[in-house]
Amino acid sequence: MYRFILSGMCLLMISAGFSQESEMAAIEGGAYIPLYGNDSLPVSVENFKIDKYPVTNRDYQKFLLENPKWKKSEVRALFADGRYLAHWQDDSHLKPDELEDAPVTNVSWFAARAYCKWRGKRLPSLDEWEYVAMADKVSADARKKDGYNEFILSWYERPKSFHQKVGSTYKNYWGVYDMHGMVWEWTSDFNSVIISGETRRDENQDNNLFCGSAAIGSSDLMNYAAFMRYAFRSSVKGNYSIRNLGFRCAQDSNEKENSANEAL
Amino acid sequence: MKLYKLMLLSFLLLGVSCKNDKNKSEETEPVAQAETEALPEMSVFQLPSSWTTQEGEDIQLEELRGEVLVMVMIYTSCQAACPRLVADMRNIQKKVSEEANEKTKYVFVSIDPEVDTPKRLKTFAKENKMNNDQWLFLRGNKDATREFAAVLAVNYKRISPMDFSHSNIISVFDKDGVLVHQKEGLGTDDSKTIEAIEEHAID
Repeated sequence: MYRFILSGMCLLMISAGFSQESEMAAIEGGAYIPLYGNDSLPVSVENFKIDKYPVTNRDYQKFLLENPKWKKSEVRALFADGRYLAHWQDDSHLKPDELEDAPVTNVSWFAARAYCKWRGKRLPSLDEWEYVAMADKVSADARKKDGYNEFILSWYERPKSFHQKVGSTYKNYWGVYDMHGMVWEWTSDFNSVIISGETRRDENQDNNLFCGSAAIGSSDLMNYAAFMRYAFRSSVKGNYSIRNLGFRCAQDSNEKENSANEAL
Repeated sequence: MKLYKLMLLSFLLLGVSCKNDKNKSEETEPVAQAETEALPEMSVFQLPSSWTTQEGEDIQLEELRGEVLVMVMIYTSCQAACPRLVADMRNIQKKVSEEANEKTKYVFVSIDPEVDTPKRLKTFAKENKMNNDQWLFLRGNKDATREFAAVLAVNYKRISPMDFSHSNIISVFDKDGVLVHQKEGLGTDDSKTIEAIEEHAID
């Protein structure tokens, strides 16, 4: 009997540690018209799941414990630049004035990707992220609402918005927090954004020089808030670590949550 | 109590065996050439992904250590920019000295791994008369391709079932896989590119 209870407790402990069904929100797929891409053509997004909150400093600390190669002192420069975890005082501690429950930032795309993999998840695609981010508190697509855009634009002007606990901004239609108003977030294909004229030197403006360049353009130039986001994405590289850039993870809808601690 | 211990033990074993596997794979990684020195931090050979060549062989990028690599990302069904990029690569190869070319590989990495099978890459190589071991065509999985593009700072996006939009960048890596030069745009001046290859190919 004693044995039985003990093993039961053991199982409970395990399940408490691993199954956090509430960590992600289920997103019902659909079609949306992104700002950049197929020139006003709707893009379809499958059903998927996404973390309700951005990954926090506290979460990231656990990751570092089990994945020492991502510690500040160990990480390779190819995967994270010199600003990586700049707000941490050493390999395992935040600087004193930082919040454990604030979103982790100063993390490169490579690091964010490795974290999600470790959790048995992945980064959301750009379209998935944008799809969830269209929502305000009550509707799935609030992009035409003044209030929605004003909130985002006023955030852009507010300094140090990364210094907040996750969950401090609004809970959106899908039950997801902090898509706007806190930090910008990595997506799996952040490097799919091509602002027209992309050779970065702009010496070739001839449309024929770019495969499909005619299809690139803004489908809604008025949507300045989103334009900023796309422009930002097109300007970063995978090993950049930036103070107001964090991430959250996603998963295909048919995949089970948990399976944490999978080896990379 | 026994059971509890057993579970604990199995957990420990699990942990240990994972660790062992990892160590093993690190130890058995092929050490290219005679160079056993640690890879530089910025080496592209740090990427763990494996790739398939136009000959259908699976390789790790690290196996290319010891040669200068001139790399570009393309897809074979591309009608507009890619033929120009291919031409740019060919022009560079022609202008580089024979001595430097002996230590240099010209590598095309597909951004369309679904369509660009090794067979298709082989055909593409033949059509473009790039059918010798100086020219390498690689195809990885979607994830590895996205990762590789992030290292090269190449942006690309599928814009229709047939077409991708992508940035046109030719990158030169030294023999340790460190990026030493990038040429952006099509048909642009390639003298700096050639200089970089010569400098790093000839010791």
